[in-house]
Amino acid sequence: MSKLDSVFEAKSPRQLELREQFSTPDHQRETAMVGMWIFLITEVLLFGALFTAFTVYRLSDPQAFDLGSKDMEIVLGSVNTAVLICSSFTMALSVYFAETGNQKMLMLFLIVTMFIGAVFLAIKFTEYHAHYLDHKVPAFWFEESSPHAAQIEMFFVFYFVMTGLHALHMMIGLGVLTVLLFRTAIGSITTEYHTPIEVGGLYWHFIDIVWIYLYAIFYIPGLHLK
Amino acid sequence: MIEEAVDRPPTKTYLNAEVGIWSWLLTTDHKRIGILYTISITFFFFLGGFFALLMRLELVQPRNWLVSAETYNKLFSMHGIIMVWFFLIPSIPNTLGNFVLPMAVGAKDLAFPKLNLASWYVFMLGAAVTIYAIFRGGVDTGWTFYTPFSTASSTTYVTAAAMGIFINGFSSIMTGINFIATVHRMRAPGLTWYKLPIFVWSHYATSMIFVLATPVLAVTLLMVAVERIFKVGIFDPALGGDPVLFQHLFWFYSHPAVYIMVLPAMAVVSEIVPTFSRKPLFGYKAVCWASIGLATLGFLVWGHHMFVAGMSVYSAMTFSLFSYFVAIPSAIKVFNWTATMHRGAVSWDTPMLYAIGFIGLFTIGGMTGLFLAAIGLDVHVTDTYFVIAHFHYIMVGGTVMAFLGGVHYWWPKISGKLYPEALAKLSALTVFLGFNLTFFPQFVLGYLGMPRRYAAYPEEFQFLNILSTAGASILGVGYILPLVYLLWSWKYGRDAGPNPWKSTGLEWQTSSPPPKHNFEKTPVVTTTVPYPYEEMKEELGLVQTR
Repeated sequence: MSKLDSVFEAKSPRQLELREQFSTPDHQRETAMVGMWIFLITEVLLFGALFTAFTVYRLSDPQAFDLGSKDMEIVLGSVNTAVLICSSFTMALSVYFAETGNQKMLMLFLIVTMFIGAVFLAIKFTEYHAHYLDHKVPAFWFEESSPHAAQIEMFFVFYFVMTGLHALHMMIGLGVLTVLLFRTAIGSITTEYHTPIEVGGLYWHFIDIVWIYLYAIFYIPGLHLK
Repeated sequence: MIEEAVDRPPTKTYLNAEVGIWSWLLTTDHKRIGILYTISITFFFFLGGFFALLMRLELVQPRNWLVSAETYNKLFSMHGIIMVWFFLIPSIPNTLGNFVLPMAVGAKDLAFPKLNLASWYVFMLGAAVTIYAIFRGGVDTGWTFYTPFSTASSTTYVTAAAMGIFINGFSSIMTGINFIATVHRMRAPGLTWYKLPIFVWSHYATSMIFVLATPVLAVTLLMVAVERIFKVGIFDPALGGDPVLFQHLFWFYSHPAVYIMVLPAMAVVSEIVPTFSRKPLFGYKAVCWASIGLATLGFLVWGHHMFVAGMSVYSAMTFSLFSYFVAIPSAIKVFNWTATMHRGAVSWDTPMLYAIGFIGLFTIGGMTGLFLAAIGLDVHVTDTYFVIAHFHYIMVGGTVMAFLGGVHYWWPKISGKLYPEALAKLSALTVFLGFNLTFFPQFVLGYLGMPRRYAAYPEEFQFLNILSTAGASILGVGYILPLVYLLWSWKYGRDAGPNPWKSTGLEWQTSSPPPKHNFEKTPVVTTTVPYPYEEMKEELGLVQTR
């Protein structure tokens, strides 16, 4: 109960709760950053395996993969790329305001980042819907008359698996930002200790970077066939 | 055994700091989480062993007599899956590593204690999903899930089993992140990298593999599940896929996974050998970098599992060459352990028996690995019992021996009690004899051409198979004995005192069992070398070691 009480009375910045295994706040901060970077290395390998498999199949039939890429929603995809880069910018601003101790601006930009993230997902699902109307969803409704049909379907399998995994990461990111917003609201983020914002920011930027590569391999190669 | 008057057992330990079931299930204490893991993996060890026992019984007769061929397929698949992912991978890192690593670096806990607890729950969730697959009828693909059989033909619970392993992978990743951050950031003052015990170096190398390889397996199994559920082409050649790509991705994880299994075993042996030789580890820095070298080379050799799967001669030669290179860091370690024993005051306590057993069996397992790295010979013995014998010499003769050695070595620290030494020596001997009788005949069987994964075989192989089954029953006894007497000693054993082996490790400088935060106050390391048996001679009461 006492924990809950302290949550509600501490609207103003409060003392950092140093976890018992650490000796100083700096120690805790640097350790958390190390942990996050190692986690991001794991994430690189997670997506890396999919990029590798995609590349292997692309090399075996580049023409089919270009034909698949032709059916991408290039406008929506490009807008989405811009949207996501904007969210990286607002996330960076959040970290800046956390460092400078501006609580209000920090909360504002966390909310803006979440909003932009949600817009990205909305556009993404609009694209999925468009593919469905185009009969380009493997396993559910896929029609393709070209002699490369099997490979084109595989292109779409990778498209849905990889962008789907990315969208899942976006949703987790939105969850992380919600927690950060809550922690800021109760005053546990201070100039001295704003590591959670930094760590969350690292994760957010990572997801954005992954998208840029996804955009490059899925949307661009078919442009010349449009 | 060292007969010494010991201090009074400590009154406040991690075991009685808090009581009740929830104090265990919600604990963030690395020592308690280590024990939670130990209980879980012990269960899986005996479950996997039970499947192996049924297989060995079936193989007593050349023709099917006990189980059908379909059941046999499920037995070896479930044996592999349970043993690899639910015993061997977490065996040493998550039990002894969890318990000892923070103390060995002089920390109060791991860097992320909650993540550590979460990893156990994730592990148990993965286990639950896999057990669900077993109860629904099991899997018959082998532990390797080769496509297109696993995606297009098998009618068993492949997706559930694969998802169990997928979930389990995240617990490995969490542990890896935790260990790396701990080694980088949580070392006691004065404990520089070159003063760290090899236990820590080796676990650091293991964690690198956890973090780099596991996500690839996760994604690969995810693709298998997608292909199975949605019937779309990823690996199935009928749908435009490439089954060999699956093998590349699978072995990109599963070969490094071998080093996940054996590096922690080497970690344990590297602690036991200096302690019972009363000498610093010979060639310490070489052993440090041999650990990192093994972890690195482990990522460059996966193709040697696929020499007959269809790859260019150039790739095969490259993978073969790198596989030979693995022998270099392995040999560095073996030579340095033996050199440590050379002219040391060697005592034959149970952990040392297991460690020496490890060195011998690992050498046989490693040398036969070179046979398999040679392309020509590999083609002859691929998918035969030669391969089975080879990797069981590494995984059972290596990892399980080291695990048992480590459990005996740290048992006084974990429980605060001493186990019955004579019985322990007897069971160590039983394990060694039973192991060799089980697996040595399999080298011969494989060389003579008996293929793996068959429930029936030509009659000329029966004698060697009976030997192997007889050995397996002896081995089973050797595994049940420690379970019984260790549990007995927890309640009835003599108090061990803080440092019964007179070891220099930091974990031995605190009471047994340790207090909740390991040390009364954070230790400061003032010695100049690792394993400072010379410097601490008087402190440990080791006068006249030779």
